[in-house]
Amino acid sequence: MYMPSPGLPEFDYVKPTSLAEASRILAERPDRTRPLMGGTDLFVRMRDGLVRPAKMVDVKHLPGMQAIRLDEEEGLTIGAATTLNQVAGHPVVQTRYPLLAEAANSVASYQIRNRATLGGNLCNASPAADTAPATLLLEGTMVLYGPGGERFVPAEDFFLGPGTTAIRPGEVMTAIRFPIPPAGSAGRYLKLGRNKAGDLAIAGVAVLGFPNGTPSGHSFRIGLASVGPVPLRAPQAEQALAANPPGEESFMLAAEKAMDAAAPIDDVRASAAYREAMVRRLTFRALRDVWAQMEEGK
Amino acid sequence: MGSHPITVTVNGAKERLNVQSNETLLQMLRERLALTGTKNGCSAGECGACTILMNGEPVNACMVLAVEADGADIVTVEGLAKDGQLNALQEAFAEQNAVQCGFCTPGVLISAHALLERNPHPTEEETKLALVGNLCRCTGYLRLVEAVQAASEKAAPSAPMKGDA
Repeated sequence: MYMPSPGLPEFDYVKPTSLAEASRILAERPDRTRPLMGGTDLFVRMRDGLVRPAKMVDVKHLPGMQAIRLDEEEGLTIGAATTLNQVAGHPVVQTRYPLLAEAANSVASYQIRNRATLGGNLCNASPAADTAPATLLLEGTMVLYGPGGERFVPAEDFFLGPGTTAIRPGEVMTAIRFPIPPAGSAGRYLKLGRNKAGDLAIAGVAVLGFPNGTPSGHSFRIGLASVGPVPLRAPQAEQALAANPPGEESFMLAAEKAMDAAAPIDDVRASAAYREAMVRRLTFRALRDVWAQMEEGK
Repeated sequence: MGSHPITVTVNGAKERLNVQSNETLLQMLRERLALTGTKNGCSAGECGACTILMNGEPVNACMVLAVEADGADIVTVEGLAKDGQLNALQEAFAEQNAVQCGFCTPGVLISAHALLERNPHPTEEETKLALVGNLCRCTGYLRLVEAVQAASEKAAPSAPMKGDA
């Protein structure tokens, strides 16, 4: 009988007191050293033998790592080690970035969201990461601190493949920055799992809509989770919505194009064909829902 | 493998321990402090049998390092009863026959306790969502939810809103 061990493989735990120190330790042996935030993905992968760090560098207590700050010019800055419950429950996130709150709240269970962090969900770079589509649509920028100082990587350039990001050896994600969302915007994240809640996404679709000067008078951004090697945008679907007036017909058209943008695989959770069909359905529903919110908000 | 001196409050008692880098909070509670009410189920943060309160919030003890609990206030299922008296939630579990094999019960009690602390009168839907991270392999979910609802009904009603007659 399979009995899971409560233990973890051996490693050394270190808790640096500055970002510079953390970066220096991480750069010493980058292949065997991992930054530690919530640990909820990393510990599972370590128990499964997929990663074997010799050293874990606890960075979650470093200054600013758990802070949420809104500046009307610069936008929202969320410390990378802010837990998903803190993100989802923060009044500013709920009122100004409800799409991000909804996405954060859809990850795993309440207990996990008390440990799992926004930065960790993004750095782990699972194609199924629930906060990734919202981060793409809200034009998030990753703030990375490393040997060369601070640098900024837009979300669209951050995800390189499953588990692979633009983070370089010795770098730590310190924060995610979001500009002020477009005026009159509304969002929705629809996630399909094997259960109603608590599961990884079979497919996830985020939509952000807002009025602007396109021929249709509106822009819609569409982000897809768990249907490609990285979280995706659906640019052709977005163009169709900029050209055609909002309504069932254009939403159906966009949903078809979103399905074409998806490049899913068969895996233990679902087949590629099922995922494609669900992207179409979820995109249509999310567009209809976001449009209803925009009509109500007028 | 380093060992780390930590100070942690567990069920109200201050503990000074030397813990290993790779020791989980679950191992520390069960193996050092003999608090075996907290169970090891999946060791992957899925089943919730190891749910404990860390600084008032439920977390999976299998997903926290003991060294990360330095300075924290921990409550396990053993800490819910006071002076040998079960709390209202535990009483409701007994009255509603919400326990079958009992393996998930400590974790469910902790999750439900935390729910009632932050929301004394949860709806059925809110109760179910709060228990998403607690799996019951006997599939006795209905009675778990009913017990939490019963405990909530016994609690004092919410303070009337301003302006209520």
